[in-house]
Amino acid sequence: MKNPTLKAVEQPMTQSAAEALARAGFSRRNFIKGTGALIVSFSMGGALATLEAQNRPGAAAVGEGGTGAAGSPPAGEVDSWVAIGSDGSVTAYTGKEELGQGMSTAQTQLVAEELCVPFQRVNLIVCDTSMTPDQGVTSGSQSSPANFNRNNLAGACATAREALLQLGSKQLNIPVEELVAVDGTIRSKSDASKKATYSDLVAGKKFDLKVNPAAKRKPASEWTVLGKPIGRPDMAAMATGTFEYVQTVRVPGMLHGMVIRPSAVGANLMDVDESSVSSMPGFVKVVVKKNFVGVVAEKPWQAMQIARALKVTWSDAPELPKQETFYDHLRNQKPTRDTMSVNSKDVDQKLAEAATVVKATYNHPYQMHGSIGSSCAVADVQGDKATAWSPTQGVWHQRATLAMLLNLKPENVRVIFRRGAGCYGINGADTVTYDAALLSQAVGKPVRVQLTRKEEMAWGENYGFAFAIDERAGLDAQGNIVAWDHEAWSPVLGNRPGYTAPGNVVTGFLAGFQPDEFRPRSPAPDPNAFSNNANAVPSYVVGHVGGADHGAGTIKSERVLLHNVVSPFWTGPLRSPQRLQNTFAHESFMDELAARAKADPVEFRLRHLSEPRMIDVVKAAAKTANWVTRPSPGIRKTATLAVLSGRGISCVAYEGDNGFSAMIAEVEVEVATGKLTVRRLVVAIDAGPISNPDGLRNQSEGGALQGMSRALGEEVTWDDHNVTSIDWKTYHSLPLGFAVPKVEVVLLNRPDMPATGAGETAITVVAGAIGNAIFDATGGRIRQVPFTAERIKAAIAPNAG
Amino acid sequence: MSLLSLKVNGKTHSMDVDPTTPLLYILSDDLGLRGPKFGCGLGQCGSCTVLVKGQAVRSCITAVEAVQGLDIITLEGLGTADKPHPIQKAFIEEQAAQCGYCLSGVILTAKAFLDKNPKATEKEIQEGMSRVLCRCFTHTRMLRAIERARQGMAR
Repeated sequence: MKNPTLKAVEQPMTQSAAEALARAGFSRRNFIKGTGALIVSFSMGGALATLEAQNRPGAAAVGEGGTGAAGSPPAGEVDSWVAIGSDGSVTAYTGKEELGQGMSTAQTQLVAEELCVPFQRVNLIVCDTSMTPDQGVTSGSQSSPANFNRNNLAGACATAREALLQLGSKQLNIPVEELVAVDGTIRSKSDASKKATYSDLVAGKKFDLKVNPAAKRKPASEWTVLGKPIGRPDMAAMATGTFEYVQTVRVPGMLHGMVIRPSAVGANLMDVDESSVSSMPGFVKVVVKKNFVGVVAEKPWQAMQIARALKVTWSDAPELPKQETFYDHLRNQKPTRDTMSVNSKDVDQKLAEAATVVKATYNHPYQMHGSIGSSCAVADVQGDKATAWSPTQGVWHQRATLAMLLNLKPENVRVIFRRGAGCYGINGADTVTYDAALLSQAVGKPVRVQLTRKEEMAWGENYGFAFAIDERAGLDAQGNIVAWDHEAWSPVLGNRPGYTAPGNVVTGFLAGFQPDEFRPRSPAPDPNAFSNNANAVPSYVVGHVGGADHGAGTIKSERVLLHNVVSPFWTGPLRSPQRLQNTFAHESFMDELAARAKADPVEFRLRHLSEPRMIDVVKAAAKTANWVTRPSPGIRKTATLAVLSGRGISCVAYEGDNGFSAMIAEVEVEVATGKLTVRRLVVAIDAGPISNPDGLRNQSEGGALQGMSRALGEEVTWDDHNVTSIDWKTYHSLPLGFAVPKVEVVLLNRPDMPATGAGETAITVVAGAIGNAIFDATGGRIRQVPFTAERIKAAIAPNAG
Repeated sequence: MSLLSLKVNGKTHSMDVDPTTPLLYILSDDLGLRGPKFGCGLGQCGSCTVLVKGQAVRSCITAVEAVQGLDIITLEGLGTADKPHPIQKAFIEEQAAQCGYCLSGVILTAKAFLDKNPKATEKEIQEGMSRVLCRCFTHTRMLRAIERARQGMAR
């Protein structure tokens, strides 16, 4: 492919375009100083200027995780990722977002490290379909693996540094081997006075280079910026109330929209009486598209009142499955889509031969992302162009599906990421962007929509998956596990929209698009490749597929089978999707097996693990927690006789190989009431080389406590027709004032290993660790999340005393 | 509509608004402030918190007419990035946030509480924060930052 000819971006710009750019977060400084940058198509709606298509490169190369949507900077070009300004500043472009998890800080460190410039000199541009390479979605603990290991951001910066060394060699007339890159300059190793700054070498020009996969990365042993606990640059703005969230984006002439959702799940729109609101203050328009209903007003409070007053008639709807018997409902539902992850085909035989067979069933509810700020977006759809400021985790997905929804060309749609409240997966971000866009298209003006709390919780989210899980294992006479059988049922409906399915989220569906088709498949075909992406395969089996062992454990007889069924509610990824639910079952069950074998739970795990990194995190957690070797339950009474205390362990090889963690929980249980107090959580994490230890600690501490909230209180509830967990009184999140346990994070740095995920490793193991600690304290086993006081009381009643 | 006088971050604004409008909408939409944010609209989470005469008040359920003429301080009025209030400084030093959306509730509730209870124990601080939510669960750091601020403010 011929390199596209690109003009410098210091091109004439109308005042309105400049203002639009500034609003979109790009000061003119970025454009002028970052003159090597690729700016692709740019549209701000009919009222604003469009930068010419001359800046658009040809067919885009594909960034890992994305499909290379038309119009995005090509991922194979260094210039798509990094530009040197005339003042030596560095502008870097990433397709992985800052969601509050600290990714921008870590990525800025990466750029500074590979390019040998100070941290402060790097300006990171995050996720704008017109400016940054398509890297798919920011999710699944994939950002560090994508940008730190592969040919993306890191590879581009390493290629750029090598190019700068070559240019320096030419200019200084010194061989490359005698040069070093330091502090934004190329200089002689022997004579520091012989040097050239980066701006001397390239400012105002492009690199015009392909990303070189062989470009030499800086080894961790030479790091000066990465690996340091650098504070987040956005922290001061957040703490002083000046940070711009998508909720605080203001566009001139912006109107305010609200949506009206169906009266019941499955209800269809019968009638909308516009006259019921048309004389209200600030009224602009009622917008209807199939089952999508919204209103637009001049001010947000007016929009709220109009939405409440609007008379809408909905059809009756079929009853939802009863919540009380929902887990049985899952098991009995047809059709199913069956997936077999591993199958040694001797499990039934080995279980028949085993000295002891242990069985248990675990249930996990639907849970919410429950973002603290309800989802919000601003859209400006004018004529054949659209711009959206969206908190979506996938700006390219959003662009493609927004184009479908609005019947526009994708290249005429620009999606600019603006951070919302922490999302932890697919909250209402995508749906509310569609809401704002539909309303904006109807009025031809920019419209902001922020969902109400109820809409977010009942009609905005794709909930985290419910699960019913059966575990079965055989022990030999020595108490070793000889076979493990796992069978699970989980409901699905919709997902992330991807590039083609706006119907995968609520608003797209209401507006007439279908979710991804449910494709029944039973029986499951034999696995032909190993994947433990969902952590369906327990850590303790060999994971034998395609003639090789891929698992983290030693048990040879193994079967792992999943039945997906159709969900009555929208579902999608919630922090550690499926992995958390499966790990709760595996780790609780492993504890039950250890108890049956009268073995210490740590020793029992180590006996069945083969993966050294798993063994190391288990040992590290046990050491820090001063774990005393003995079987569970302990049933030791503390000072107050009515209170029992215990400890429990849980661990995971996240997605099989994308991070390792082990947690030990220490708890107290009040026998009379079942009241649980978690005193201490020790979590050991191995995420490969650590880019920012303080960021990793922050993620792990948050994951530990968020996991605790999910284990103890969080559950989506419903009646015959509607979700009834619609606010913070009906959906139980642990507030800041609960008795916060001592959280200790032990980091195992692996400078010699590839970077792995980190954001979801801690949360995955919490429910198991706490449940096992309750068992250790009381002898009562909790097999259903959330661990309410009633459930704990019921579980311990026959055992404690 | 009626003419109201609002005193926000030391500045008086004369405004013609529906007097029943919740204060939050006036602050964030009419005055363009970024500190107080809509979280639930029900007074349950704390994201919309402002100080009214030094008290932590949930602006999403407080009609604007109820606070006219009173001293209202938002998170951006408490201090700036260059000159943060000691409690904001403590949050920055402890890196006590992830997404940061809840910080108006956390910081301003803690500020009002510490002003009244400068000798509060760890347990009392937790009780004082019992109606505030942070969904990233940055609790450990936030409580540490509040204690750091308490020590600094008590000196």
